[in-house]
Order: sequence, then structure tokens, then C-alpha cells
Amino acid sequence: MTEAPLVPADERREGAFATLRRGLRMMPEFRRGLPVTFALALLATAGRVVVPIAVQQVIDRGLAGGDPDLDVVTRLVLLCAVVVLITAVAVYLMNVRLFRTTETALAALRVRAFRHVHDLSVLHQQGERRGSLVSRVTSDVDQLSTFMQWGGVLGLISVGQLVVATVVMTVYSWQLTLLVLVCFIPLAIAVRWFAQRLATAYGVVRERVGDVLGAVAESVVGAPTVRAYGVGARTAARIDGAIDRQYRAQVDAQKVTAAVFVSGEFVAALANAAVVVVGVLLGLAGDITAGTLVAFLFLVTLFVAPVQTASEVLNEAQNAVAGFRRVLDVLDTDPDVRDPATAAPETVRELPPGPLGVRFDAVSFRYAPGAPMALDGVALTIPPRLRVAVVGETGSGKTTFAKLVTRLMDPVDGQVLLGSDAEGWVPLEEVAFSSLRSRVVMVPQDGFLFDATVADNVRYGRPGMTDEEVATAFDELELGAWVAGLEDGVRTPVGQRGESLSSGERQLVAVARAYVADPDLLVLDEATSAVDPATEQRLTRALDRLTDGRTTLTIAHRLSTAERADEVLVVDAGHVVQRGTHAELVDADGRYARLHASWRRSSTGAPATTG
Amino acid sequence: MARRRDAVVRRGLRHVGRGIVEQPGMFTLAVVASSIYGAMTVASAYVIGEITDRVLLPSFADGATTAAALSLAAAAIIGVALLKIVGILGRRLFAGIMSYRLQADYRRRVTRQYLRLPLSWHQRHPTGQLLSNANSDVEAAWFFVAPLPFAVGALVMIAITVVALFLTDPLIALVGLVVFPLVFLVNVVYSQVMSPRMQRAQQLRAEVSEIAHESFDAALVVKTLGRETAETERFGARAEELRDGLVAVGRVRGLFDPMMEALPNLGTLAVLLIGAGRVADGSTDAGSLVSIAYLFTLLALPIRAIGWVLADLPRALAGFDRVTPVLEATGETRYGPESAAPAPGGAAVGVAGVDFSFGDAARPTLRDVTFDVRAGTTVAVVGPTGSGKSTLAGLLVRLVDPADGTVLLDGVDVRRLKEGEVSGRAAFVAQGTFLFDDTVRGNVTLDPAEGSAFTDDEVWAALRVAAADEFVAALPGGLDTRVGERGATLSGGQRQRLALARAVVRRPRLLVLDDATSAVDPSVEARILDALRDSDEPATVVVIAYRQATISLADEVVWLENGQVLARGTHEQLLDEVPGYAALVRAYSQAEVPA
Ligand SMILES: Nc1ncnc2c1ncn2[C@@H]1O[C@H](COP(=O)(O)OP(=O)(O)OP(=O)(O)O)[C@@H](O)[C@H]1O
Ligand SMILES: Nc1ncnc2c1ncn2[C@@H]1O[C@H](COP(=O)(O)OP(=O)(O)OP(=O)(O)O)[C@@H](O)[C@H]1O
Ligand SMILES: [Mg+2]
Ligand SMILES: [Mg+2]
Repeated sequence: MTEAPLVPADERREGAFATLRRGLRMMPEFRRGLPVTFALALLATAGRVVVPIAVQQVIDRGLAGGDPDLDVVTRLVLLCAVVVLITAVAVYLMNVRLFRTTETALAALRVRAFRHVHDLSVLHQQGERRGSLVSRVTSDVDQLSTFMQWGGVLGLISVGQLVVATVVMTVYSWQLTLLVLVCFIPLAIAVRWFAQRLATAYGVVRERVGDVLGAVAESVVGAPTVRAYGVGARTAARIDGAIDRQYRAQVDAQKVTAAVFVSGEFVAALANAAVVVVGVLLGLAGDITAGTLVAFLFLVTLFVAPVQTASEVLNEAQNAVAGFRRVLDVLDTDPDVRDPATAAPETVRELPPGPLGVRFDAVSFRYAPGAPMALDGVALTIPPRLRVAVVGETGSGKTTFAKLVTRLMDPVDGQVLLGSDAEGWVPLEEVAFSSLRSRVVMVPQDGFLFDATVADNVRYGRPGMTDEEVATAFDELELGAWVAGLEDGVRTPVGQRGESLSSGERQLVAVARAYVADPDLLVLDEATSAVDPATEQRLTRALDRLTDGRTTLTIAHRLSTAERADEVLVVDAGHVVQRGTHAELVDADGRYARLHASWRRSSTGAPATTG
Repeated sequence: MARRRDAVVRRGLRHVGRGIVEQPGMFTLAVVASSIYGAMTVASAYVIGEITDRVLLPSFADGATTAAALSLAAAAIIGVALLKIVGILGRRLFAGIMSYRLQADYRRRVTRQYLRLPLSWHQRHPTGQLLSNANSDVEAAWFFVAPLPFAVGALVMIAITVVALFLTDPLIALVGLVVFPLVFLVNVVYSQVMSPRMQRAQQLRAEVSEIAHESFDAALVVKTLGRETAETERFGARAEELRDGLVAVGRVRGLFDPMMEALPNLGTLAVLLIGAGRVADGSTDAGSLVSIAYLFTLLALPIRAIGWVLADLPRALAGFDRVTPVLEATGETRYGPESAAPAPGGAAVGVAGVDFSFGDAARPTLRDVTFDVRAGTTVAVVGPTGSGKSTLAGLLVRLVDPADGTVLLDGVDVRRLKEGEVSGRAAFVAQGTFLFDDTVRGNVTLDPAEGSAFTDDEVWAALRVAAADEFVAALPGGLDTRVGERGATLSGGQRQRLALARAVVRRPRLLVLDDATSAVDPSVEARILDALRDSDEPATVVVIAYRQATISLADEVVWLENGQVLARGTHEQLLDEVPGYAALVRAYSQAEVPA
């Protein structure tokens, strides 16, 4: 599950057309106004075929016999010029229309894919490198867009040209036309075969691009670690490896592309040779004249050129389709933690108003099918308004517990419910996200700040707050002095990921952000682990006061939290092994008593005498 | 105005030259192949003409043909086609390789800069932008190379055709050649109109990538606060700007392409019109005119090929202009010559009069910080949130350099030490753990570049010290388990322990722990410190911590407030003398404990 591929296995080997069909279904914007574009394409096509034929006519009729008929030449040339201009205008209009529709459709696709990435569960999101996810809404879509900017137009026109050329050829000689078509049948088959290989080759290329982005992102985000351990060389080697693999994949794809193009050229030569031989034989049998045959040879070139262009476009299309597929795969990945409001609106239930309690009904969770249970059959009820501390050793399952309460993940077994005995309990998966996320807020273990000001980041919890309100919120949390000490107060920019603040300061902002969201159930997962003890004490006391009457779940290694809590849950190896008030548990001489004694000893610096 | 137009074209041509100079071999091969292709294109037209004259028409005239004549004709057609195929294969492969090599090469250069440039530079540049520099900007910069050899081959074709034209009839040729200045003019105007649009499009591409990266990075926060819709709107707004930018680009491109197609056609028509007049007054004959007209139709393709390259130049320049600042950025850490083998045992650390400010901040983050740590001793740095402890730690291991003052390691200014010397002597466990998307072993050993990889026993020993052995042993693949991006498959405390093991395994002479044990049991912390201090040659330890147990182990405590060292001494001394210090470290003992 952690390595959950974003590709539904059964669709991994679909052909280009299947992808296109799948894509067009998801891009309704693309079909809008297509008839007019097609009409323009037809016009452009006609122009392209008419021009060479007209030139031929000028030469044939106007200059025939060495005695030029200037009138005819002038009229034909002017006519041609008009056709050339009309064609140019038609191509221009078609281009513009095509760009507008495709870009509109692609922008919508980008946005939809972006949204879908956010709708995926945390586990899905983690299963994929961020760089790779980014590539799915950027370079993969760009690939499509680049292709559309020339390939789409060219493809349309060549197909039109092909049809017109075939019709004109048939008028001259149906036998030779048939012959030419027969020559091209093997090419059609070959192209299909090549298309498969190309699809694979370009699929690999797109994947490698994602890998490069992943490797680069790691080196950029982990720059301090790379620096501190002097492992620049190793990091460079990893990046170079990814770049090399991308290069090799690109060259491999290029080989296949060249092969396709070349086979088109070869078939064209075969067709020419066949037309000469069979044409002469037909002529000798009296079926066609010399003039027809010569004209036909000229027409064959009109047929061959678009075939080659079309096969070229088809190749490039494979590249674009490979990108397309990666985008569509995101869209086709089912978010396994689904918002009932969209997935099954009829089941949606409202959370009771007021403070929320938490109930676990024999809840089990594991991160991957074979893995041990991270939480194993946890059953408990936390009544509303309670201040609960969750403690336990590293890896015991505290964060897992918090993620289940906030429905970042769904249990493998059992059910999580919110509510109270008085108001009734509502299963989490029946609560619309819009209501769940505003009532239940968690401050995760590694809080993240956006590259904006302190105030912007706090506002993220409650949009529409003014800077003054944000400052007031900090005052309420007894952090006014800290804010005042910042260069620009709440308008101080925090830098990327909040890195212009110290770690402790980042946590202060993250807590403020959750506080202003005003949830009925607040979950703090090591939310103040880097804050100095004095500030932490002040902050938590303020928070206790401010959230009085709400339910809070606090996970902390600093057991001062547990000392103050109404109740303590002790988690060990996926089980809740102890539960009670701090005083009860200290007296009970169990795991908590030991944890607490050890913490007391270390935080007071004196050997623990009590507990 | 005219000068600016020229500038775009000239810079574009210089950029083309740069590509050629960097990949001369592939370029030459591709041009040779293109020329073969060009020659064979002309030849195939010639062959068809010859066959018409020598096989077709005689056969029809005679009412008979020979198998030999027909096979010869077929063989000629196919033979020329085979040569042409060689040309195509060569052109495609070599041009492709040239373009991909340039891309790979520039990706390497760009990413090397990322590794070289200082952390302050990184902080100023969003990750998404750096990703887009390394990916789409580099691609844009060298995308045009694929049709380049074709275009150069086309130049050869044009030259041949022009000579042939002049030999046939100079006057008509001259009329026809008016097309070329026109083509050039169209290109100049095109480049000028296109450049700003392309720059904007590339800029918007980077911004879209920035938002995507930041937003996916923040996925957990977005989810927990239910802000998916707002994030989508933020992204959507920029994606729509990008769409408008790309449509604006497309509109220009959409006009340019049909113009480039129409111009040679119009030229051919002009030649016919004027040529017919000259045939009429007898200055030339119909046969010459026909061949001139034919030569002109042949020109259409190479002109388009050149058009493709020129059409891509504004995009290439836009991409290259975004890559250049990265390549030219300076300020990379400079290293000195010193590498004298230090004495065994802990390293001595000295900090003398150090000032430090981030960027252009008005207030310095550290002011006149002075203290030293004798070899083999332990110093605790204590201070309130935001007082500058992490900044100080970063200075000790030379993540950043002070604005003023010096940091000494083994008595040598760290700036005079050779590259790799500081990281060879000191290990730093940062406040925020960073794990690589690698195995447990890879994350602990970090495969030192010198090749002296640690044995598995050493890795296990380090894991044991960091109390990580138990959970690692329970992982499905043990040391070979991959931990996911940034260690996503581990719990917070487990990540921290791996980071500790990473430092311990190196047996550093100086260990800098920046609040690196917040999620680790105190007993584990004590064990780590013991392991480092209780050997015959104890390491020097600088530890940033709040726990009294940890602090009281220190030989000396440095009290940092607002970036200044306000007091130094033993734990007991500071408890007595510094009220702020006492309030901070005693915060928990003073908290009322429910009975
Ligand atoms: N990259 C940066 N740009 C600008 N200011 C910064 C940057 N990094 C830190 N600061 C500021 O410098 C001061 C010291 O930061 P530092 O991270 O050293 O604090 P700290 O003592 O480690 O705090 P904590 O206990 O929270 O880890 C803070 O006020 C912080 O806002
Ligand atoms: N994404 C994941 N994929 C696989 N295993 C995971 C994942 N996240 C956590 N685990 C495992 O599940 C177990 C419980 O992890 P959890 O994060 O709940 O621990 P925790 O109690 O919060 O620990 P800490 O105090 O270190 O934060 C650990 O053994 C951990 O390795
Ligand atoms: Mg945790
Ligand atoms: Mg710090």
C-alpha cells in the first residue's frame, strides 16, 4: 500500500487509442467547437493539394508547346495566389482555434489532476515521489501541449491530404491507386507494431523524467544534510544516474522513431517502383496513356508525403500519449479514503454540534498487506470535552492513532466514530470532508508552512482573517511577545517551507493555524516538540484555557502534557495498554510509571525518587 | 526597436552556435547525413525524370518494353531510396543524440550548481523553480537542435538550387529570390513578437511547477485543514494564466507557420508569371522556365525546415535565459588548502567574535558569539526558541560562514580547510531529520565517496547505540528496507534514530546534536553520549538540548539569548546566576504536578 502504484494494473498496457479515448472522455472541453476546426482543416487541406496541381496546370496549359499564352498564365497564377492566401488564412484560423481548445482542455486536465492528487490518501501520496507527482501536472501535460502546437495541426492536415490525394489518384487510374494502397498495407501493419514499441519506449522516457525530478528534488530539499555529511559526490552520482537513464531512454525511443520513419520511406520507394513497372505494363495493355502515367507518378508524391508526415506525427503522438497516460493514471487512481459527499451522498450524516468524542470499535490498521499491525484491535471511547494525552515509545502507533481519528487513513478493520453518547455516534466515513475538516483539525508531527507571511500561514486555518485578528490570536496564545520580536510582526515572510523561521517558531505558527481554525476536536501530534520548555508551558496553558470545553488529543514525548491531561492513553506496540489519569497511572506502577519516572529524571536532572 | 529585433535573432544564432560548438561530432555526422538526404531528395526527382524519358516514353512509343529496362528503373528508384534512408537514419539518430546529450549535459551542470551553491541561495529559490530549471527550461533550451542539422543540410540544398537557378536564368532567379529577404524579415518580426511571449510562458511554467511542488509538499496540511479546493483554485488560477500564455504563443506561431508555407509558393507563382513574359518575348525558353519552377518547389521544404529551427529559437532562448542565472550564480563555498592529519581524539572547537545575519535582515541573528570547546569535552548550548542555536550549530560544521569572526576546528579556521575536511571530522544531526529515498543501510552509511563503506557490523553497532536496532531488525528487509521519500514509511522517532545512527557510525571527532533527541527516550540519549565520551579518545560534543539530564552532563553550558552569549558556566552556576536560564530549564519542575 505504501508503494501503491498510481497505475491501475489492468490498464497499464493499453494502446495509444485506448488512452486517447480515455483522455477525451475526461476532457469534454476538447470537443467543443471541433466541427468548425475540422471544416477549416479541410479547407487548408484542399489548398495544400490545389497549389501543386495548379502549378502543374500552369506549366501544362499556359506554357505548353513553347508558346506561352500570357492570358491563361496570368489568370491561373492569380487564381493560385488567391488559393494560397485563402489556405494561409484557413491554416491560421485553424491553428488558433486548435490551440485555444487544446490549451483550454489541457489546463482543465492539469487542474483536475492536481485536485486528484490532493484527493488521494496520504499513503498514495507518499507512495509516489513528490517530484514525480509534480511532473504529472507539469511536464507530462507540457508534452501534450507541445505536441498539440504542431502535431495536432500537421496530423489533421495530412489525413485530409491523404484522402484528397487518394480521390484524385483514383480519378486518374483506379488500378494504380489500388497498387499504391496495397504497397502501403504492410506499412500500416508495421506502424501498429511500432506504435506498441514506441508507446513502451516513451512510457519509459516519461518515467525517467519523473525519476530525475525526484532525484533533483531530494538534493535540493536535503541540501543541508548533503552539505553537512559531505555527500555531494554521492548525491551527484545519483542525479547523474537518473539523468543518464533518461538520456538512454530518450535515445532508445529515438531509434524506434527513426525506424518507423525509414520504413515509410522504403514503402514509398516500393510504391514508386511498382507504379513504374505496373504502369508500363498497363500502358502496353492499353489501359492507360503515357500522360496519365506521368501525372500519376507526380500524384504518388502527393500521397507519400502526408503518409510520412502522419507516421511522424503518430510517433510524436506516442510520446505525448505516454505523458497523457501518466496524467490519466493519476485521475484513474481511486482515492481509497473517499469523501462520502462525492462518493455516496446518500450516506452522508451530519456530526452532532458541539464538542466531539471519539470512539474506536476494534480498530486495526496496517500500512501494507503483509506488515505487522500498527494498531491492533483498539477499542475505546473518549467522551467529549476531555483533554487526553497519548503517550508511548517511538513507533508504538501514536501517529497512526491520530491519523485514524482525523480520517487521513481508514482502518483495515473496525470503525472509528465521532460524537457522544448523548448525541449519538457517527462513523467517520459517513461524514462529509467539508464538515469533518472544519470540526476536526490535526497539527501533524512535521508541520509545513507555505512560502508566505506568518499571517498568511495562520489565515490558512481560517480564511478571511485580517492581520490584526491574526496578531490577536497570537496574543491569546501568549505568543504576542514572540510576534513583536519578528522583523515585520505577523507580516514577516517565513520562506520556503517556513525555513526562514527556527524550528520552534515554525511549530508556533502551525499551532496558531490550527487554533484559529476553531475545531471541536483538536489533535496535536508532537506539535510543540521543538519549542523551548518555558514557551511551551505558556503556550499549552493558554491553549488549555482557550480550548476549554473542546476535546483535545495530544501526543507528546514531553510528559508535562500527560501530567496536565484529564486522561492518559498509553500505547505500546499497537495496543492501548493503559488508561487513566496521570495520578492513577503513576500509582499503578506500570509502563506509564516507568516512562514518567524516566522523563522526570531527565527533565529535572535529578534521579527520580518518586513514581 | 530594430536593434532589439536584431538582438533576439543574433542571440538566437549565438545560441545555435553554442549547441554546435558543444557537440561538434554529432552535429557534423548529422549534417553529413542530412546532406545525403538532401542530395538523394534531388536525385530521386532526377531519377524519376530519367525513367520517364528513357523507359516510360520509349516503351509507350514502341509499344514494348524489356524486363531489363523495367528492373533497372525499379532498382534505381529503390537504390536512391536506400541511400536516402541512410541519410534519414543518420540525421535522426545523430540529431536526436545531439539534442539529448546537450540536455543531459546541461541538466548535469545545473544540478551540480545546486549542490555547489550555498544554502542561502537555496532558500531564495523555490524548489519547484529549481525543478523546472533542471527539467523544462533545459529541454526548451535544446529542443530546437533536433531539426537543426536538417536545416543546415537544407542550407546546402538551397545553395545548390540557387546556383542552378542563376545558371538557368539570372533575371528570373533574381525575382524569385526576393522570397529570401521576405522570409528573413518575417522571421525577425516573428522572433521579436514571440520572445516576450515565450519568456512569459516559460516563467508561468515555472510558477505552475512551484505551486504544484509546494502544494504537494504540504499535502498533509492541506488535507488536515480541508483546503483542497482553495489549493486547487490557487493552482488553477496560475494554470489558466499559463493557458493564456500558451494560447498567445500559439497565436503567433499559428500565423508564422502558414506564412512560411505561403511565401515559397508565392515565389514560385511570381517566377511563373514573370517567366512566362520572358518566354513570350523570347529571352528564355519554356524548358528553362519549367525547370526553374521545379527548382523553386524543391526549395519549399528546406525553407520550412529552417523555419522550424527559427520558430523554436525564442523558446530556446527563453529556456536558456532561465538556466543561465543558475549556471552563473556564484557564492559557492570556497575551500582552503589545510588538511593536516589532526591528533586523535576529540576535536577542539573555537568560536571567536562571530556575527551572522540571514540575507538582508536588519537584525543580526548572532552577535559577537565567542566560546570554545576543549577537545573531548561536552558543551551544551541552551536558549529560548529562535535565539540562534541552530544557526550557531550550522556555523560549527560550516553549513554557512560567519559575516564576521572565525570558527576554528582543531585550531584552524574552517574556511582554510580542504573540501571534505569538516565533514570528515564532524557529524551534525540536524533538528529536522532528513532521510534519503534509499535503504536503511544507505541512509546510515551514505556510501562515502572515498569508498570506505562501513561494514554491516558497524552499521548494526551504530543502530544499537541509537536504539534503532530493534525496529530495523523488525523491518521486512532489515538493512535493505527502503524508507520511502524523506523516510515516509517510518515514524518520526524512528527517523530521528536513523539520523543519529548516521552520525554515530562515523565515529566523529566532533558531534553536533541540534535538538536531535526530542523524540528519543532520555536513556537512549545518555547511551549515545556515553558511547562517544567513554572511549579512550572521547569525542567533542556540542549538544543543543532542553533536558536537564542532558545539560547537566555537559562540562560547560552556553546560554544564548537573542543571538548573544549572555552567560557561560556549569549548569549549577547558570541556575544560580541566570534567572532566564533557570526559568527555561526548570519549566517542567516548576509546573504543578497533580498529586
Ligand atoms: N533562513 C533564515 N532567514 C532569515 N531568518 C532566519 C533564517 N533561519 C532562521 N532565521 C531567524 O534566525 C533566528 C534564529 O534561528 P535559529 O533556527 O538559529 O533558532 P534556534 O535557536 O535554533 O530556535 P529553535 O529552538 O526554535 O530551534 C530566528 O529568529 C529565525 O527567525
Ligand atoms: N507510511 C508508513 N508505511 C509503513 N509503515 C509505517 C508508516 N508509517 C508508520 N509506519 C510504521 O508503523 C508503526 C507505528 O508508527 P507511528 O508513526 O504511529 O508511531 P508513533 O507512535 O507515532 O512513533 P513516534 O513517537 O516515533 O512518532 C511504526 O513501526 C512505523 O514504522
Ligand atoms: Mg509519531
Ligand atoms: Mg533550532
